[in-house]
Amino acid sequence: MRRGIALVAASGLAFGLAACGSDDDTTEETTGTETTDTETTDDGGTETTDDGEAPAGGGSITVWVDDNRLPAFETAAEMYKDATGNDVELVVKENDQMRSEFMTQVPTGEGPDVTFGAHDWLGEFVTNGVVAPVELGDKAGEFNELAVTAFTYEGTNYGVPYAVENLAIFRNADLVDSTPETFDEMIAMGEEAGTEYPFLVQIGDGGDPYTMYPFESSFHGPVFETDGDGNYTDVLNMGGEEGNAFAQWLADNGQNGTGVLDTAITYDVAVDAFKNGQSPYILGGPWMIADFEGMNIAVDPIPSTGDNPAAPFLGVQGGFISATSENKLLATDFLVNYVGSEEVQTELYGIGQRLPALTVSADAAAEDPLMAGFRAAGEEALPMPALPEMGAVWGFWGNTEAQIISGQGEPVATWEKMISDIETEMAK
Amino acid sequence: MTIQSDASKERADRRKDRRKRDSQATAWGPGFIIKLILMGAVNALGIYIIFTAFGVGSLTLGIGMILLLIAVNWIYFSRRTLALKYLAPGLVFLLIFQAFTIVYTGYIAFTNYGHQHTLDKSGAINSLLLQNNSKRVEGSPQYPLVVVERDGNIGFAIIDQEGALKVGADEEPFAEVDGTITDNSITEVDGWDILSSSEMGQRQSEIFDLRVLLSDDAEEGAIGTQSGTVGYQFVSTLSYDDASDTMTNTETGEVYAANDETGFFENEDGDRLGVGWRVNVGFDNFREGFSDDRYAQPFLKVLIWNVLFALFSVLTTFLLGMFLAIVMNDERLKGRRFYRTIMLLPYAFPSFMTAFLFAGMMNRNYGFFNEIIGAAIPWLTDPTMAKVSVLLVNLWMGFPYMFLIVTGALQSIPGELTQAAKIDGASTLQVWRNVTLPQLMISLTPLLISSFAFNFNNFNLIYMLNQGGPRMSDASVPVGHTDILISMVYKIAGLTGEALPNYGLAAAMSLVIFLIVGSVSLYSFRKSNSLEGLN
Repeated sequence: MRRGIALVAASGLAFGLAACGSDDDTTEETTGTETTDTETTDDGGTETTDDGEAPAGGGSITVWVDDNRLPAFETAAEMYKDATGNDVELVVKENDQMRSEFMTQVPTGEGPDVTFGAHDWLGEFVTNGVVAPVELGDKAGEFNELAVTAFTYEGTNYGVPYAVENLAIFRNADLVDSTPETFDEMIAMGEEAGTEYPFLVQIGDGGDPYTMYPFESSFHGPVFETDGDGNYTDVLNMGGEEGNAFAQWLADNGQNGTGVLDTAITYDVAVDAFKNGQSPYILGGPWMIADFEGMNIAVDPIPSTGDNPAAPFLGVQGGFISATSENKLLATDFLVNYVGSEEVQTELYGIGQRLPALTVSADAAAEDPLMAGFRAAGEEALPMPALPEMGAVWGFWGNTEAQIISGQGEPVATWEKMISDIETEMAK
Repeated sequence: MTIQSDASKERADRRKDRRKRDSQATAWGPGFIIKLILMGAVNALGIYIIFTAFGVGSLTLGIGMILLLIAVNWIYFSRRTLALKYLAPGLVFLLIFQAFTIVYTGYIAFTNYGHQHTLDKSGAINSLLLQNNSKRVEGSPQYPLVVVERDGNIGFAIIDQEGALKVGADEEPFAEVDGTITDNSITEVDGWDILSSSEMGQRQSEIFDLRVLLSDDAEEGAIGTQSGTVGYQFVSTLSYDDASDTMTNTETGEVYAANDETGFFENEDGDRLGVGWRVNVGFDNFREGFSDDRYAQPFLKVLIWNVLFALFSVLTTFLLGMFLAIVMNDERLKGRRFYRTIMLLPYAFPSFMTAFLFAGMMNRNYGFFNEIIGAAIPWLTDPTMAKVSVLLVNLWMGFPYMFLIVTGALQSIPGELTQAAKIDGASTLQVWRNVTLPQLMISLTPLLISSFAFNFNNFNLIYMLNQGGPRMSDASVPVGHTDILISMVYKIAGLTGEALPNYGLAAAMSLVIFLIVGSVSLYSFRKSNSLEGLN
């Protein structure tokens, strides 16, 4: 009998404590507490935005952002709160963990309503069913066309872009006065400048196909074949004679050739050497601008090596909506009407130094000559493929390039083996 | 006899009585109150987990937790479970952290969990419908829209192409009404209240799912909204039929039947809808791991290197650690404490940081080592040299541990033993070989075995130093020369972005690794047991 009392007492205590236990799904909590003081207006509720006072909150959305861009999204969140009374809860996440956490949390119904990230996550998100479509409507016309294409998968749009980025040539204007149109001319000019390196490009032991891609695309064009609308299909376009020519070019300029390309040059080495004036040219992106502060630099389009123009990859940053979100309406409203607004896009530019995806904001940003340089270099750019198949490409691609550059193996045979390996992996 | 037995019986009864009085299960002492509070906390946590588990629809976890909670309560409130009272916490943690992980890995190994199969079936159906239920009709206009309400019913008010204000709701097609339009946005609708943003926030799913017919003719289409501010003419291109478990493409009429063997909706031609779900695939993952020659060929190489790596790691660190320990144990050495502290420094540094730093120092052209030597040694880029480098770095990181345990073990060898041997006329080397070393090995063998097991799965070092590189140029999967099994599995699982994610395959291969490490450890522990028997 006494034991019975003990059990009842223990379970009573248990329920008491369980009730105190906090639910980590703060979304619901804030909704719960704030709905109590919602004013219901009988005369049409038109005074929501005009009287300047924030209306009572109705909902709350959870948004994942990375640390760098938090301040800009804080502005967007405040604007949204002021205009609608709905809360935006910003959760800071490590950039390299967002993708996998989104992939694992959304299926369980957890995870954010919105996550910001790169457009090349899209294919994996769509084929795993974790992202909801967004119709941009006429708004699509206000964005950089390529940015909208980047967020389109099989004809459906799945995100709202806010920034684009691409590679370009940084030129040390104290050493040289221009960037020629072809690679060989650029190397010649670099050698004339008498610095340690004629030209710097990061590679590393595992290769860096993203950075090498502008040169590669001037041989064979896009990574995958494109359909009439410029969307990628899943047919690999890296092989054939053009691909082999690129492989040969890598070997010719590699460690057993001219030595311009060297796997020992990593990102840190390259940036450091350019900063010390050891080279007039470096291939890089807007993320390097802060490193070169105080230098007399210019940004130019990338010289071509083959028959085509050198087209760098265009990376687009934007917001995705979770497929299992209960707040899709607010999330869409927030993304399309607030993150997609000129004010927020301009603010984001000020913080991230990436060209805004919204054309109006991009025009304003391009008043900065460096940004204008990146914009010009990006004119030939192609969106980085967002197909899930890319997961099968990067590793083989980078390692094969590193192999050829470091002089291991016959370039053409190595390249052809890579093509067949990737095709086998994709067919799995 | 009888008197004695009576007395002993009495004693036994008294003991029993006292036990009853003393037992925390039945007495309301301070101990019992503390126990009650602690058990309350445990139960609270358990109940919270149970509710959460059922909340997210995880039946197995919920039921498992209920059973566990009942068991724990029984153990601590019953009088007959004294031994279990002490064992239970350990058992619970063993269940959660060891048994559960192994069972779950085992379960994943028999599924196709991975790319395109991360959802369960209902999740996949929902996602497919979501992706296809709001395709905007091509070339259709967009409408400025507000969400309106009348008697609790939600409706849409739009401005149509001609600039007319129209309102409609569920089963109530759009019809013109009076109202006010300011700057192309609706500010008043006669007979309806415009919903404020905050109110929309509370009725989101209702608004999101609402489709209002453009006219009485259903063929003309329906308007929906995703943001509450703009309306589009949406069509749904997929419909799911629960009874036949099929998806139908309403545009082409194509029927896709659920295939629970592949985890996809498939039509007769074998075409699949993009999103799949997790299904049981039996031994397919094991078969793929070993029969696919793309894996089989590097697997053997990796296995051999893995064993050699673990063996050499233990051997080199042990030898260096032991050598230094013996040197530092000599009482003639001055400042031994200082040297011993210095020796421990590499151990105090986080291993992955060390590996990362070494990676930088071993750069072929710009690394610290080559700049000092003035040579271009391909530390990490040449297959053989990379293996040597890995062992060298591991030697640096691992010898302090060995140094520490050998130093400890040396203290425990009684000085009389060595003295006696010396008196018997043994040379220093003989004393060492016949007295010290056997004594050392008795206490160190289990540690060496665990060190082997640790190094067998030393993912940190391999991955942070060189990512398993340089790549095997003849392999058709992304595997490198210094990859050990666990880092190879990590790559195959697609967690590095070098392959499409395939958790099922990775789990299957992890199980195989577990079996290898497990049997090696078991065998060695048997061996070391017999060694201890010598003592």
